[in-house]
Amino acid sequence: MGGEPIVAIVGAGPAGLAATRVLVQAGLRPIVLEEATLPGGQGTRRLSPLSEPYRAALYGQGADAMARREDTENAILAKCDYRPGTLVWACHDNQLELLGPDGFVGQPYTHLVIAVGATDRIMPVPGWTLPGVFTLGGSQVAVKRHASFIGRKVVFAGSSPLLYLAAAQYLRLGHRDLTVLDTTPMAAKLRAFPAMLRHAPRTAMEGLALMAELRRGGVAMLSGGTIRAIEGDGRVERLRYVTRKGRETVVAADAVAMGHGLRAETQLAELAGAEFRFDPDFRQWFARTDAMGRAGETLWLAGDSARIGGAQAADAAGSLAAQSLLASLGRQIPARLLRRGRRRLKAQLDFQRAMTGAFRWPAETVAELPDATPICRCERVTAGEIRATLAAPVGPVEINRVKSITRCGMGRCQGRFCGPALAEIVASAAGETPGRLRAQAPVRPIPLVADTEGAEQRA
Amino acid sequence: MSETTTSDVIVIGGGLFGAFTGLFLARAGLKVTLLERGQVGAQASATNFGNLRLHGRSARQYPLSIRAQELWESYVRLTGETCDIDRTGHLYFARTDRGEAQLRKEVETAGRFGIDSQLMEGARLYDRFPFLAPGIRLAAFSPRSAVANPRLSTPPVARALLRYGGTVVEGCEVARFEHGSRGFAVTTADGRHFAAAKLVNAAGAWAGALAAQAGETVPMFSAGPPQFVTEPLPYRLHPSLHMVEGDVIVRQIPRGNVIFSGYPRTRSLVSGEFTYVPPEKTLRGMRALAESVPMLTRAEIIRVWSGVEGYLPDMLPVIGPSATLPGLFHAFGGSGGGFQIAPALGESLAALVRGEASPVDLKGYGIDRFGKSAEVSDKIRMEFDQPA
Repeated sequence: MGGEPIVAIVGAGPAGLAATRVLVQAGLRPIVLEEATLPGGQGTRRLSPLSEPYRAALYGQGADAMARREDTENAILAKCDYRPGTLVWACHDNQLELLGPDGFVGQPYTHLVIAVGATDRIMPVPGWTLPGVFTLGGSQVAVKRHASFIGRKVVFAGSSPLLYLAAAQYLRLGHRDLTVLDTTPMAAKLRAFPAMLRHAPRTAMEGLALMAELRRGGVAMLSGGTIRAIEGDGRVERLRYVTRKGRETVVAADAVAMGHGLRAETQLAELAGAEFRFDPDFRQWFARTDAMGRAGETLWLAGDSARIGGAQAADAAGSLAAQSLLASLGRQIPARLLRRGRRRLKAQLDFQRAMTGAFRWPAETVAELPDATPICRCERVTAGEIRATLAAPVGPVEINRVKSITRCGMGRCQGRFCGPALAEIVASAAGETPGRLRAQAPVRPIPLVADTEGAEQRA
Repeated sequence: MSETTTSDVIVIGGGLFGAFTGLFLARAGLKVTLLERGQVGAQASATNFGNLRLHGRSARQYPLSIRAQELWESYVRLTGETCDIDRTGHLYFARTDRGEAQLRKEVETAGRFGIDSQLMEGARLYDRFPFLAPGIRLAAFSPRSAVANPRLSTPPVARALLRYGGTVVEGCEVARFEHGSRGFAVTTADGRHFAAAKLVNAAGAWAGALAAQAGETVPMFSAGPPQFVTEPLPYRLHPSLHMVEGDVIVRQIPRGNVIFSGYPRTRSLVSGEFTYVPPEKTLRGMRALAESVPMLTRAEIIRVWSGVEGYLPDMLPVIGPSATLPGLFHAFGGSGGGFQIAPALGESLAALVRGEASPVDLKGYGIDRFGKSAEVSDKIRMEFDQPA
């Protein structure tokens, strides 16, 4: 490859920012593409001006450190070709396709780092499409972007460390009617805890501190059991669940935030040529990379979009990916630095792997979902329709063909939210490993004609 | 040595060509085994645009095409199921001199075969189709042309084949076949054995390799058009629309999604297993669609796709007996028009396999037509990426 390298980083969350930092320190000026208008990512999402007044309440003693970190990130981004509000909707033949303030633009690259994060993984339950049901991430966006709660009586339900984090944020901002319903039994958490403590003692202790904070704050916390349904007349009014001991219980609620761990955003990596493997602990498909995050000749992946690891792992992975990229450009990277980075990343990833036992993806519950339960909300496809299609003579057995026939996963979200549940339904019928929906551009819906009014005004 | 499954006819390929051929053979009382390397109807039969058009076909193909439309119109009776067949009519429009000349020729050709096709222009055109952009010189409406949902179209045919006593084996890739005194012995990649007196090669874009085993080489190549679909929108775009110049082929389905296809087509990967949709073709299609149907300017596209389709230089399929092996029959290379003709192709080929006269003359579709002076369609130049 001749000429100057063109390094593009997609995503300005913890992984993308770490990669950017390393590259800037090495004297490069990468292109940093961020879909949102602010950098920071999802879990470490920055506060909008509307939410800024609540900074001290939300972050407590960590508020100053948070502000310093944001200043450092801004300083780094100032030394890059930083383009916020820019969606990367496709990648083909060493060129990214952008939709941003200047409309549709093609951006060639010689080196690409993809760090686009993850979203909540959702296991549908009857009623999950009612107004008032959010993802856990959505409940945090409400606070950090819109300075509002998702409801007056809020249940955080599912199985995810984010249940506790999101509830704590609500508590700190003065919300006093909160319930955390974690479907993984306490016994499973206790079994997983020693390994979690061994791999990342600080993160593990932070988790315990969160739970203690919620207990002190009077937040109702339930663990074990199965969510039966979210019910209400036109919107959420209650959540019905069965305890571990089989007791039917009803919790009144006007909003529910759901999540069962995280789901890596993999479409762009696939379009860029990554290959995938199924991870049985996480029960999802991750891209194949080497220990530094390299996934191809010109491709590096870092952070939750490569494998679920959280913000600290993302920071470590972003640095490593950038160092590997620099090495491919012939730069010398001190072996000590690489060893330390890899150790740091491995500890966090091992921690997350241990945590899959403490916060279980309830794969087995798809078998009990009533036929009328919507699986694909975009296309309104129910569990029953998918099962009937699978049971038909010469019915499909492969997830992409099931999608093709049922439309499940064919709508606006392109299976990003219904995909994991669809995979489990197909796997339970075929008795095989859950399959993977193939990605196609665009990564997000794009208009036929781009709105470039902004660009004209600036001109 | 594993057991051999014996039947009267083995059909290789569970696309629409193979499924319809198998169905018509089974309806005539033959014992049919259909072998499909992946899943029934999942390749070009599913990924194509889904037009059942009676317009813009070569004169040679009209007899087959007209018979096929009759069969599509009785699809529910044939299969006992539906596949969203909708007689929307097709509107062809021209924006250039060249397009206008081509459109007049196409209307004349259709007319020769008794196909109704009405030329329209000016106020008459815009009163009826007010969503069209200004500047359209001439249009032709083909009221009997229809659409179907290609993703759903093949499994019902395969299920009908099962009801007539046929067998469908999916996940069954044919490695090789041998021809002997008692017919054909087929061995699959995973070591299964099948035998039959007659063999039908309907393996789509993968049929060339099978034909080569019979010593018959065909200049087939794989390609696919750039296609995309929008989010669901109010149902306003009633006929399927075709810009004669090829930049826009578009239809809306009653649930609201707008489906687009256009030229030039892209060659499939060398592996023959996938066709990329280069983003610049998507962007070009998006612009062309917004220019032709301005009400869609704000529509959002949610997915692109293409397919692995077999094409032959004269843009016509191969249908008929092998020139080298008695008892072997070919049906492949739909060349962008295969979806519509599939049921009539199946009916005609089934007749040939049974030793009867084909209800439609299949002259011109033979596998031995690709000699030195073989015809190359204009469409090869106009509808595909040209070598640099």
